[in-house]
Amino acid sequence: MRINSHPILDFAKERKKIFFTFNDEVVYGYVGDTIASALHALGIKQLSMSIKRKRPRGLYCAIGNCSSCHMIVNEEANVKTCITLLEEGMKVMLQTNLGELNAK
Amino acid sequence: MMLKVTGVAEANQIKTRFPPLDYLIKPKAIIECYEDIPCNPCSTSCPFQAIHIGVDINQQPKLNVELCTGCGICVHSCPGLAIMVAQSLEDKIRFKIPYEFLPIPKVGEVWNAINRSGKLIGKAIIEKVINTKKQDQTLIIQVLVDKDLLYDFVTIRGLYE
Amino acid sequence: MLNRDLVIIGGGPAGLTAAIIAAEAGQSSLIIDRNRNLGGQLIKQTHMFFGSGQMFAKTRGINIANKLIEEARKSELIEIWNEATVVGLYDDKVVTILKKDKPNNKYLKVQAKAIIVATGASEKVLTFENNDLPGIFGAGAVQTLMNVYGVKPGNNIVMVGSGNIGLIVSYQLMQAGVNVIAVIEAAPTIGGYKVHASKLRRLEIDILPSTTIKKAYGTDHVTSISTIKLDEKWNEIEGTENFYEVDAVCIAVGLTPLSSILSMVGCKMKYIPQLGGLVPIIDYNHMTNIPGIYACGDVVGIEEATSAIVEGYLTGLNVAKYLGKTHPQYDELIEKYNNELRILRSGPFGEKIRAGLLRMEER
Repeated sequence: MRINSHPILDFAKERKKIFFTFNDEVVYGYVGDTIASALHALGIKQLSMSIKRKRPRGLYCAIGNCSSCHMIVNEEANVKTCITLLEEGMKVMLQTNLGELNAK
Repeated sequence: MMLKVTGVAEANQIKTRFPPLDYLIKPKAIIECYEDIPCNPCSTSCPFQAIHIGVDINQQPKLNVELCTGCGICVHSCPGLAIMVAQSLEDKIRFKIPYEFLPIPKVGEVWNAINRSGKLIGKAIIEKVINTKKQDQTLIIQVLVDKDLLYDFVTIRGLYE
Repeated sequence: MLNRDLVIIGGGPAGLTAAIIAAEAGQSSLIIDRNRNLGGQLIKQTHMFFGSGQMFAKTRGINIANKLIEEARKSELIEIWNEATVVGLYDDKVVTILKKDKPNNKYLKVQAKAIIVATGASEKVLTFENNDLPGIFGAGAVQTLMNVYGVKPGNNIVMVGSGNIGLIVSYQLMQAGVNVIAVIEAAPTIGGYKVHASKLRRLEIDILPSTTIKKAYGTDHVTSISTIKLDEKWNEIEGTENFYEVDAVCIAVGLTPLSSILSMVGCKMKYIPQLGGLVPIIDYNHMTNIPGIYACGDVVGIEEATSAIVEGYLTGLNVAKYLGKTHPQYDELIEKYNNELRILRSGPFGEKIRAGLLRMEER
């Protein structure tokens, strides 16, 4: 789901691939991606589940305002994946609960 | 139905933006700006001062057909892509239209001629593809269409099959 | 505790122009922005801007952002903190900030003499059944995914809302190779500029007024929606349901000011629907009821980026003067920019903002 050519913007630049895991499966993105944009490029839209009813949830605003995109990243819960840059080796998990303070 | 409900200008509205046919022997701008919005780059970009808006930039632009040379600078200057240039040749109409999509048409190709409702109405022969730095990615495509499409043609979409 | 004369919260168009013109007057400033890059929402606007030829008209939003950012970075009087989120504002003009300092954040306190709040706005949501399904995005989110990250939000989309944002983003989706099936609009007429609507009709995109979204369907993401027609009283008309197969939905139903930091510091606020929500009451100098605390841009009322730019210039001029640095052309520039705003707001599309501003002046 990547845009390779665009009439106004230039997306042709070569970017370095970054490997990370999503729910323990190895996936990839590119330098410059956020966690959310990398997942969406792979067609993954569900990022978490609602706390009580376990409804699938995804991002809404993509700029850090609405908190819909929270995921567990490297064991830290409630990470705003729409504004967090993707890094090599990140462990990204679907968040299904509230998350704990100082869980580690 | 009205422009504010459909997004498509009505036939009588469209005709008001065309000069009398004998004027179109030379290329002229057809400015389809039907609303008062605060905007004037067509006027400020015209090197011949042929487009008048005035101090109140909400006014719709008025073309001075005598001064207009059909150069097409207004075509890529209009943020609403609402301007094209038309010229009546012996057996065809030559249009210059703004274009911001991929793939870019190639000279000599025949593309679908499209009307304001997005419907296929005939063929458009690609004559020129103009892309200067000043245009900042808004291409000008020069096409030839059949004469009877004068008031219907507005854009191109895809190769004619 | 750090000390700065002028702190500008938000490095979008309003914050940038305020800093730039204050610097022209000899006034230094610190721009604090929570993003990696400045430019606010301009960085995803790939379309040419309207407005006056003297003020950025026909320039693409992304290029306006680049111009302003370059000007700000060049100035020795403008200090910029990126990835720094303002978390508190106090009436003694102390600003508290969480500044990124990998792997954690540093908690900083800045004592300012004057503050400009230019925090912009955020997207509204729409209530309908299953509106929380993944794949239902705000229109701005779709713009961000496409134009900033080069990612398609889906392949077949319905746009909800025909204001300028809905119309422009639909066009940009088509440019990115995404199929926009239809734009639906609850009101009986198209909300934004008809030139935008006409561009979509040329692409054979249906524009359907008096239509709203009823329900979204899907298991782990949206796969279809139902729409329904509305009568003049905005009631659903039975039997007019229509179904669309989609893999994403864009909600473009307006923005609301991000004004909570002003509520926090005790600014007098007012809920004005025409301006988008809760706004600070400001005077003609853009100052709130707290001396030295100013606000400009979408946070004081949802308008176009061009208005935010002009308001930024006005506010920067006034704050610099408040701090004792009057711009050499203060009078001419104040008149010029107030005039610009008046013209931008004087046409039929300015009706809403004019009504909103009148409400602000009411006691």
